[in-house]
Amino acid sequence: MLKQLEEMESSALRELEDINRIKGLESWQVRYLGKKSELTNILRSLTTIPLDERKTVGAYANKVKVNLENSLGEKRQTLREAELAVSAKGEVIDITLPSRPFPVGHLHPITQTLYEICDIFVSMGFQVVEGPEAEWDYYNFEALNIPEEHPARDTMSTSWIDFETESGERPMLLRTHTTSVTARIIETMQPPIRVVEPGKVYRYEASDATHTPMFYQIDGFAVDRGITMADLKGTLYEFARRFFGEDRKVRFRCDYFPFVEPGVEMAIECSVCRGAGCRLCGNSGWIEILGAGMTHPQVLERGGLDPEIYTSFAFGMGIDRLPMLRYGIDDIRLLYNSDLRFLRQF
Amino acid sequence: MKVPLKWLQEHIDITIPVPDLANRLTMAGIEVGGRQVVGGNWQNIVVGQIIAISPHPNADRLTLPTIDLGTERHTVVTGAPNIKVGDKVAFAYVGAELVDGHSGQVFRLKSAKIRGVVSNGMVCSEKELGISDSHEGIMVLPTEAPVSALLADYLGDVIFDLEITPNRPDCLSIIGITREISALTGQDLHLPQVSYEESTSPIYQQISIEIVAPDLCPRYCASLITGVKIAESPKWIQQRLLACGMRPINNIVDVTNYVMLEYGQPLHAFDYHLIRDKKIIVRRATDSEAIVTLDGVERVLSKNMLVIADKERAVAIAGVMGGANSEVSEQTTSILLESANFNPASIHYTGRTLRLPSEACMRFERGIRPELTLPAIKRATQLIIQLAGGEAAKGLADIYPGKLEQKPILLSTSHVSRVLGVKFSLDQIVSALTSLGFDCKTKESEVWVTAPYWRSDIHQAVDLIEEVARITGYDKIPATMLSQPLPRQNPKPILSLKQKVRRSLIGYGFQEIITYSLTSLEILNKLLPESHTLEPMPLRVANPMTADQEYLRPNLRANLLAVLCANRRHEDGGIRLFELGRVYLPGQNNLPEEPEVLCGILSGPRLEKSWHSGSELLDFFDAKGVMEGLLNQLGVESSFEESSDESLHQSKQAAIVINGNKMGVVGELNPKVTQAFEIGDTVCLFEINLTALLPFTTSYKIFQPIPRFPAILRDLALVVDTRITHQKVQNIVKSFPLVSEVSIFDVYSGEQVPPGKKSLAYRITFQLPSHTLTDEEVNRVQEQILDKLSSELGATLRS
Repeated sequence: MLKQLEEMESSALRELEDINRIKGLESWQVRYLGKKSELTNILRSLTTIPLDERKTVGAYANKVKVNLENSLGEKRQTLREAELAVSAKGEVIDITLPSRPFPVGHLHPITQTLYEICDIFVSMGFQVVEGPEAEWDYYNFEALNIPEEHPARDTMSTSWIDFETESGERPMLLRTHTTSVTARIIETMQPPIRVVEPGKVYRYEASDATHTPMFYQIDGFAVDRGITMADLKGTLYEFARRFFGEDRKVRFRCDYFPFVEPGVEMAIECSVCRGAGCRLCGNSGWIEILGAGMTHPQVLERGGLDPEIYTSFAFGMGIDRLPMLRYGIDDIRLLYNSDLRFLRQF
Repeated sequence: MKVPLKWLQEHIDITIPVPDLANRLTMAGIEVGGRQVVGGNWQNIVVGQIIAISPHPNADRLTLPTIDLGTERHTVVTGAPNIKVGDKVAFAYVGAELVDGHSGQVFRLKSAKIRGVVSNGMVCSEKELGISDSHEGIMVLPTEAPVSALLADYLGDVIFDLEITPNRPDCLSIIGITREISALTGQDLHLPQVSYEESTSPIYQQISIEIVAPDLCPRYCASLITGVKIAESPKWIQQRLLACGMRPINNIVDVTNYVMLEYGQPLHAFDYHLIRDKKIIVRRATDSEAIVTLDGVERVLSKNMLVIADKERAVAIAGVMGGANSEVSEQTTSILLESANFNPASIHYTGRTLRLPSEACMRFERGIRPELTLPAIKRATQLIIQLAGGEAAKGLADIYPGKLEQKPILLSTSHVSRVLGVKFSLDQIVSALTSLGFDCKTKESEVWVTAPYWRSDIHQAVDLIEEVARITGYDKIPATMLSQPLPRQNPKPILSLKQKVRRSLIGYGFQEIITYSLTSLEILNKLLPESHTLEPMPLRVANPMTADQEYLRPNLRANLLAVLCANRRHEDGGIRLFELGRVYLPGQNNLPEEPEVLCGILSGPRLEKSWHSGSELLDFFDAKGVMEGLLNQLGVESSFEESSDESLHQSKQAAIVINGNKMGVVGELNPKVTQAFEIGDTVCLFEINLTALLPFTTSYKIFQPIPRFPAILRDLALVVDTRITHQKVQNIVKSFPLVSEVSIFDVYSGEQVPPGKKSLAYRITFQLPSHTLTDEEVNRVQEQILDKLSSELGATLRS
């Protein structure tokens, strides 16, 4: 019987040696270690043989079993590794072939710019608000110290809406600046206020490389006790630093807007000539970015805020120029012509 | 406004370099938009005097003038017809840079032999010097020009182009700018010394003035100069006017313009003899009163406009333009000179309504002060006598019903620091204001400030604070961050909705576009192939710039289709576009509603043409998929229902219904519409009103536990009438509580199903959160489902 075991073991191991696929191991296992295998039969028949023989045969049979099981485990491991090695090399593909394309969309460069600007101001405690584009003369002009026949109206050619009141007045227009939203905020919000007001604005102007009848602006407005022009400067310089970068110089100079006093124009150093003067900046070395100032006491008062208690600053800036400057776009109309060859670049 | 440096220097010493001056002015609010250097390239050109002229031996039209240059003499060849001995001329040495008189090209002068005579140098015309286009003869310089001086020193100048803000009409003048420079640099101002002889006959005996409309004319001054001789004005006046962009006319008109540029006060000269009854009446025009203005055009006026009239007729539109009937001409011998002040709004209205913007108009409408009339009229009277002869009547006429006192304003150091955020001492404040001509009376830490008469823009303390800040320099103001507590925020949910939608759409492969809000009826009508009527009519702009920008868009789809058409000229792949913006719906005697709308279109192959893909086209179900995906992300429960949008294909469209309201639509475009937009392919569209949708979006979701017990899947192939929709089947199946999911995986009609029928194959998932389902439970429910489908929809199991 020992001999029988010995022969069985060696033929089993020989056969195992020749197996070269994991799948082949299963039938080998059934044959040599399964319920109906020779080894199982021998182990099962141990009870029928004499006790002294039983001990030696039993011990040997168990040794054979452990040996076969271990060999099987080792063989399985070897084969698995070999198979992994093959599949890791696997099929050869031409990786230079073009990919299976996913359609990709892009936000409009103006949207991207607006979101970026809003994020900067939101991080400084400003809240984003919006207002109507078709607006009353009052909020666009009157409330902002620009009464009828004020020369400042000439600088903002207005598209009027064909709407007449019973008395024959034509008080509805397409807002010429987002400052109209400020006029509404003064009436509706209580200090402390910090808001930015992005949106479309309209001018009665023919389009050319630097003008379109519709474009984007963002206005900002802060009211509280103790707000100063130094705060205005700090806020706008911080904006400029984050939007244009640390290394661009910024300039604050006196300018006039009827709804602020003192009034400010902010410019940044020209990106092309770095202040030396070139065609882009009209030889000044500076690019005007926005108008600002301390909100005029009359404007606050008209909206129901007491200028003796509160001070306030306001600013307004054109958006379209910013992506133009950043990407070197030389014609503003490209932003609104919706040519995919242009839009896909952003 | 154009301002020559030399004119400024007549009134102030400028001790800082020109670029610094430009920068100081700009920083202080007088923006130097540009500057042009006259004679910047006049090297090797000097003043010379002709001392002899001899004929050219070989040419009748040429002469050989000898030019004295002080230490040397040169004989040159010239063809100029206008030279004579004694003339001062501009002499160019060989090597000078000149403009060619015929071609206009810049060239460098070389020695030349002209008809056998060598010419080393040249006498120059204005055109050759680049001063003007005149090339009829050489430029003859004034007799006082110093021989041998560099022409650049004698005639060169810098012309500043200043942008004057509307609040500073006083700076629309040489003297006004000089005052700013004086405040910024500390140099003293030298105003013109004005004095002239007067006759003994008082002006009031020769003219009477009546202001009928004092509300529109606070002050009217006049002087009378008799015995003048109208002629061309001297070169120096003409050159200054030209440098400032004005055309010289004659000595009288030129003086009025010259003094307007110098003092900022517009003046008008009448031919005194053409003023009937020697009476000036300042009154409102009568409705449809007509006057022929100096430009020869008849202007019809209205009663809101102010005229200067004599007894019989209007002789000028006040502050805007003079009348032809009283114009100064060569025959004029006596001048009635007007220096008046008019109501700014009235002048602005008149100039705007008559479309007659002018230098005078620009100054009046910005509100110059009435005090300015007197110094200006005296200066002009003096210059007229100086240039045109004649004699001034005794005294000036001066009617002044609208006298305005400058009221003192109280300013404190604390107010200054409260606004500027930086402390200035009272001394600093007073010194800044005094430098600008303000009168300051200090009292402890306060000061009573009275603005000088020429400033019309100072009304309250903040106006003074700006003066202090800009003269001290905005760069002295520190930059600080807001230090107040952060205000409470109430972010507007529509903003985050718009942002979410935009980000989702680009994730789905859609390109965002932004189009103009103004459009045309023509393009909007292309959307309406059946009814051709826009209801309601969109809002119209009263003054459209172009016909294609006349109406406020009531939808986004028209622009999107136009954009698709335009891009099809160069794109043949799949195009997916969206716009998220407002549409404008007319209100009842109110502003329009401006809901935020999302609209997208898709057209062309679904996948980019490539080596591994087919060429299936984007269709209705892609558009629907975008909407379903988006609404799902937003947590909105919606259904797709029947719809009748005439721009869309009759049967390939569905309304997006949310809480019983139609809020949007998906569909394939009506082929008539795509044809109208000249698009060859099928186009699908989705559109949804985000403002209406907003209340139904869920900002938070409630967590559903992950199922703990296994699901049982069953596939059912049903045969139903073709009119039975998937939605009906799905609704019935879903109504059973054991069903957790139902999905359709095949739709078939053809040979293997009877005519009029179709086969729908579903996979149903049965699952409960409470226990593992048994086959028996599922079988029982499946029977019930089939019974219900059969009784309600006539469905049978496909064998």
